[in-house]
Amino acid sequence: MATHDFAAQELHAHAAPQGFIRKWVFSLDHKVIGLQYYFLALAAVFVGMFLSLLMRIHLIWPTAALPLLGDIKPETYLTLVTMHGTIMVFFVLTTAPQGGFGNYFLPIQIGAPDMAFPVLNMLSFWTTFLGFVVMIAAFFVAGGAPLHGWTGYAPLSALQSAGPGEGLGADLWIISIAIFCIGALMGALNFITTTLDMRAKGMTMMRMPLTVWAWFVTAILGLLAFGVLLSAGILLLMDRNLGTSFFVPLVTINGQLTGHKGGSPLLWQHLFWFFGHPEVYIAILPAMGMCSQLLSVFSRKPIFGYKAMVYAILGIGFLGFMVWGHHMFMSGMSPYTAFAFSIMTMGIGVPSAIKTFNWLGTLWGGRIRFASPMLFAIGFVSLFVSGGISGPFLAQPVLDIQLHDTAFVPAHFHLIMGVASIFGIFAATYYWFPKMFGRMMNESLARWHFFISLIGTYAVFMPMHYAGMAGQPRRYSQFTEVHYLAGLIPLNKFITFAAFVTIAGQLIFVVNLFWSVFKGPKASDNPWEATTLEWTTATPPPHDNFGGHTPVVHNGPYEYNVPGAPRDYVMQNDPEIKAAH
Amino acid sequence: MASFSTTATVDDPRISLGDGGVLPPVRAGGGDDGSSPRLPDYTTRLRRARLGLLVALTPVIMLFVSFSSAYVVRQGLPTLDPRTNQLVLDWIPVTLPKLLLINTGVLILSSLFMELARRQVKVQVTGVAPETVPGVSIGDQVRIPWLAMTLLLGLVFLFGQWTAWRQLGANGFYVATTPSSSFVYLLTGTHAVHLMGGVLALFVAGIAALWRRSVATRSIVVDVTAWYWHFMAGLWIYILCLLEFAG
Repeated sequence: MATHDFAAQELHAHAAPQGFIRKWVFSLDHKVIGLQYYFLALAAVFVGMFLSLLMRIHLIWPTAALPLLGDIKPETYLTLVTMHGTIMVFFVLTTAPQGGFGNYFLPIQIGAPDMAFPVLNMLSFWTTFLGFVVMIAAFFVAGGAPLHGWTGYAPLSALQSAGPGEGLGADLWIISIAIFCIGALMGALNFITTTLDMRAKGMTMMRMPLTVWAWFVTAILGLLAFGVLLSAGILLLMDRNLGTSFFVPLVTINGQLTGHKGGSPLLWQHLFWFFGHPEVYIAILPAMGMCSQLLSVFSRKPIFGYKAMVYAILGIGFLGFMVWGHHMFMSGMSPYTAFAFSIMTMGIGVPSAIKTFNWLGTLWGGRIRFASPMLFAIGFVSLFVSGGISGPFLAQPVLDIQLHDTAFVPAHFHLIMGVASIFGIFAATYYWFPKMFGRMMNESLARWHFFISLIGTYAVFMPMHYAGMAGQPRRYSQFTEVHYLAGLIPLNKFITFAAFVTIAGQLIFVVNLFWSVFKGPKASDNPWEATTLEWTTATPPPHDNFGGHTPVVHNGPYEYNVPGAPRDYVMQNDPEIKAAH
Repeated sequence: MASFSTTATVDDPRISLGDGGVLPPVRAGGGDDGSSPRLPDYTTRLRRARLGLLVALTPVIMLFVSFSSAYVVRQGLPTLDPRTNQLVLDWIPVTLPKLLLINTGVLILSSLFMELARRQVKVQVTGVAPETVPGVSIGDQVRIPWLAMTLLLGLVFLFGQWTAWRQLGANGFYVATTPSSSFVYLLTGTHAVHLMGGVLALFVAGIAALWRRSVATRSIVVDVTAWYWHFMAGLWIYILCLLEFAG
């Protein structure tokens, strides 16, 4: 689609709001909406972390009564597992990198005054917020929150009498996810339309920063995946409340027939994982884009293999829809089908490896500036590789069947999807904070935060691989009485203590964040000497993003160390460079 | 409700992008917040709205693809008969009410009216007498409120669907009676919910006309609603074929 010059006439589709409500609550400004998403995710991540801490405490002191909470029963533990996973996946990993940073910076990076549909943008945030409120409400209804895991496997999730929390709590869980899906779809619509239709003059697709590519492809993944999850949620609600049998076979509870028959729990798994695997990339692709950006900026080098990076993002997005079956090797499937899913899953290693080697190629020979955003970007690469290396093991049915229900799998996905993505969020926060708030964050605190987080993360999740290989099952609330696992108790204590320290380290980040918003030293317009369009405008950006004029793009996004250029970087809207590379 | 002249035919009138490459004029009003002091030109807004609609239809398609997949899978699944301890098929085909065929005709007719409404508003937005626009012919000057008629037929369709569900119930087929009846209610119900979105958009278009919003804004609302409405008509035919021939 063609690029368009919006010029002064189309500076902003809505006037700058004046009142507090219109400016900060029901704002139409993509920058404010981005901040709203970001702080929603920040609140959600602390809820999710608190739940994980409770789980870790319970695993090593299963009989301990906690203040206010009392004993943690096995079903309570499963509730913690369920809500931790759900909140983290949906309201943190999907919300912050895409809804937060994507909303704030995608329009600016392509030279647009706002998102294509500002009202829809506002609605997408408030819909997501409503989804979060409904999710949290599940804790407080009779029976409490559900215990069927974030994957909501039927028939456990489809029967109201299947256990505590499977009544109203499970209904709220499903409704919350359905609401989230609608919000995410509205957001994806805006991202795609904005990227295709609102690029500034000269901003061809192949001049877009990799961040924009990542947000764009992530939006496409969301557009295709969330509709399927929504459909599965509707069917599940009908099974639970209208007596249908989409997912529930003939089952009895306490010897009593439930009235359902003929449904297929596997059908739920297929629908769920058709969404669930792309969701992994919805979480990680924006972090990949953001870290690609940062590695180039702080290496003072063009990104190595820009086109290959773009095609790798597209390849990962495409293959992400072809591999959902690898989550179901344990559920039973034809060996031929399993083989096909296995091969395609390992095939994702190819574009992933392209990206990894290109990141290393970008670092190689660069004049690296080890500022805090760069530290977290390098940390991201480290975690992505460490977590990814166990992927090909799990992609093989014969190994997956051994490892699937052990702690090995949580160790794998926490590294590659969870913490790697979180590191991407941190990197982006430290990088864009000056642009968003006009002040710098404290670098010393940021470094403390980085080293505690990196060491702590490895201390938590690397031993978990060994625990898994030694046979420690996942989702079990208590293992200390199991003889063959007795030798793992010291290891688990170590993991729990490491989790304490790592979570405590996050308080440094929170203090730094809020202190810097008000007290940090003033930032210049381009403190990192970066090239993309957000650094060409004022700090923080004005309401119309570019203060009355629209940029015209002449250069690619990674023009560093250009021969003949007056400085070691060339802005995207600088006059066209002829002798570049 | 605005009224329009009848039998207009338009060969996609082109709106000027401006004077020889100069930036197009900016018109007041519209946008998706409706309160904009300054907006891009009509062509840009229309293109963007259409692109947005195209993108928005993708998850709707995915939703129904997902339901269709479940429909096919569930159809072939056996269940255990606890009395005989044998695996049996519990899929009992539902005889669809004949009323659904009438409803189909109503929806197709409404789609036709919607298209006429779209073309007429498009003529208005050119800002010139329709007779002077190449490819536009005006049959007579009788004004027919196509939009209102589309809205009316949409409501008739929804009422017809409700009546068809009551007929199904009267024949003993409720939501949970058999898996096939579950899908009948699921697919028709989900389609009806989506069509209500179109009805809502028609109300918005009508209100925009009553509030005398700019012709450009009305045209965009009507244009996007029309394409959505046509999609709903096509989707309904697909659903009907699925239920009738794949059940």
